[in-house]
Amino acid sequence: MKIVLKNGTVVNPAVKSTEKTSIVIENGVVTAITKDPDLTDAKVINAEKLFVAPGFIDMHVHFRDPGFEYKEDIFSGLEAAAAGGFTAVCTMSNTNPAADNVETIRYMLERAGKANGVKLYPVAAATKGLKGESLAPIGELAEGGAVAISDDGRPIQNTDLLKRVMEYASTFDMMYVSHSEDLYLAENAQMNEGYYSTVYGMTGNPVVGEASQIARDCMMAEYLKLPIHIAHVSAALSVDILRFFKNRGAQITAETAPHYLTLTDQALGSFDTNTKINPPLRSESDRQAVIEALRDGTIDAIATDHAPHHKREKEVEFNSAPCGIVGLETAIPLTMKLYHNKTLTIERIVELFTAGYKIMKQQGGKIEVGAPADITVIDPDYQWIIDKNMFKSKSSNTPFHGFHVKGSVYMTIVDGKIVYSRDF
Amino acid sequence: MKHLLGIENLNKDQIMNILETAVHFNELNQRLIKKAPTLKGRTIINFFAEPSTRTRTSFEVAEKRLSADTYNIAVSGSAIQKGETLADTVLNLQAMGPDALVIRHSVSGIPQLLADIMDCSIINAGDGFREHPTQALLDAYTIWQKLGGFEGLKVALIGDIYHSRVARSNIYLLTKMGAHVSIAGPGTMIPKEVEKMGVTVEKLPKYAIQDADVVMMLRVQNERASNLLYPDIREYSRYFMLTPELLKLAKKDALVMHPGPANRGVEIDDVVMDGEQSVILQQVSNGVNVRMAVLYLLLGGSDK
Ligand SMILES: [Zn+2]
Repeated sequence: MKIVLKNGTVVNPAVKSTEKTSIVIENGVVTAITKDPDLTDAKVINAEKLFVAPGFIDMHVHFRDPGFEYKEDIFSGLEAAAAGGFTAVCTMSNTNPAADNVETIRYMLERAGKANGVKLYPVAAATKGLKGESLAPIGELAEGGAVAISDDGRPIQNTDLLKRVMEYASTFDMMYVSHSEDLYLAENAQMNEGYYSTVYGMTGNPVVGEASQIARDCMMAEYLKLPIHIAHVSAALSVDILRFFKNRGAQITAETAPHYLTLTDQALGSFDTNTKINPPLRSESDRQAVIEALRDGTIDAIATDHAPHHKREKEVEFNSAPCGIVGLETAIPLTMKLYHNKTLTIERIVELFTAGYKIMKQQGGKIEVGAPADITVIDPDYQWIIDKNMFKSKSSNTPFHGFHVKGSVYMTIVDGKIVYSRDF
Repeated sequence: MKHLLGIENLNKDQIMNILETAVHFNELNQRLIKKAPTLKGRTIINFFAEPSTRTRTSFEVAEKRLSADTYNIAVSGSAIQKGETLADTVLNLQAMGPDALVIRHSVSGIPQLLADIMDCSIINAGDGFREHPTQALLDAYTIWQKLGGFEGLKVALIGDIYHSRVARSNIYLLTKMGAHVSIAGPGTMIPKEVEKMGVTVEKLPKYAIQDADVVMMLRVQNERASNLLYPDIREYSRYFMLTPELLKLAKKDALVMHPGPANRGVEIDDVVMDGEQSVILQQVSNGVNVRMAVLYLLLGGSDK
């Protein structure tokens, strides 16, 4: 099928271009970028008031497949990704069995191959069983299709093991993705430590636990002269540490998530278990610092940390509830707030949502003739109310239900195929 | 007022109204027959998901003196451990059709969640480290009776502020009423940014107690030592126990209070506990007056 995205604002920061033009897609690839497209036999999409961007990648999602398919499976997860404007995702390794063996990686890729077409790049475990004790078979995992390694929610506490993981993984050009957290400081914690944990009477998780481990991880990357990617940065102190090591020339990239740009620890006062996230929602000054880091480039990417949990698991006492919220289907509208209040340009937003390709060494993030037609179309002015009951995800654990937002995904195209469309 | 979830959201007038109402029940409680028909036919469930003989008994006495039908549900540990979600627990309670639910829970915020979804009045009998409003009200009642007001008083609050819902509710109440609250305790027991709640943070008790009108001691839990909060009981009592010598730093007739149950010889010396300045037993009897007042004001005796 031939598709023409007609007369949209094509935002293509990889080639430093934003212009009103049309995109012609045939046989899964972009065949022309032109102001005067040939519309013969084409499905024409009027993109007059829309932003047309290279397909977005969410480099940090938890699909619960295998093991916890009642929360999310690869099919529902990839549907949620499409609905959220993502043409690719990187899945974290904490499945059951964990992605510490090549069979599980192959299973994921095979399932994804039968899904809607959205690309799935598995991040494999760094250590066997995510136990933080011994090396996972990183060579074989790479060979099987894993793109990076991480123990995500089970951060490596033993610094000697971290060093060996990074050294060993470098043999196969595999990068370590760090969920930086000191588990001792996080014990029993329900939220960020600060004024609001005092007032709400909850055990707090101090920013020190995140920032100190980011410092350790960055130091190790610099020392080993290896790349590292820091996941879900949430705090001002963390941002300063990243800036320090980036200025020294260390090979560091970092991401944050839309909820850290939107909410603070004050939100925990609802005692809604959907505000329980790890890293926790931080203070207002942290939120501001993270946004500033997106502006100045200290943080390279926005990822969602999409963490589906069943209603039953979240409808429990706060202290028993698991951490995490779904994020794929709310990321773009939440981030577009920063466009509307002129904090971020649309070019920067597109960069932040496509930086994952380069970080994960995958093809994508650029609209160019001859390249696969992975495209995200955004309607910046569409006003709507987030409704968790409309999610394609199997789970609806979000604190954003009922939020009035401006900006939505209009269409998601992967390899020339429309995998999501808002209007039809 | 439909619920009593905490002191945080009460204003001065509401607090005084509760205290003044408690005076009437104090009179009733002095009589030989201590019973009023006010809540006849009304159902109150005491749901205690954390052990507490004192508070539960105090509520029960208050409810029975007001002629309410009361039922106790004690859950050892969390209902969750038995595979029941919070939603199920709530539906079960709702099905019993109570007019009020008195709830004690180890997790902060549970009373507020119940108030959002249940039809009946919710009375917080202590949630997590967050609030214990009736305790603060009975403490206030005791102070008010003895000292006649709050404005300009200095109240010293000593011990484990971090894990204390009593401390938080008292801080809200006393600062709202114009008293000055000075807290002291080991650094591990002082929660972050607590000064933003309007209190002065001191290190050692002697500074907080200096010229105080009221010295309120908090219970230190023995098992906390394993959580690295203090080295051992011996050292804790050496620096944080209220001794006669420490008490001398306070105003001459300063009140000594404790929400109970007290650890004699740990946070409070026997001599002080049983001394003339101690109003600890009056706190207990005032607990019934204040809880009757709260029940009366929330359920109003009428059928709404
Ligand atoms: Zn993580």
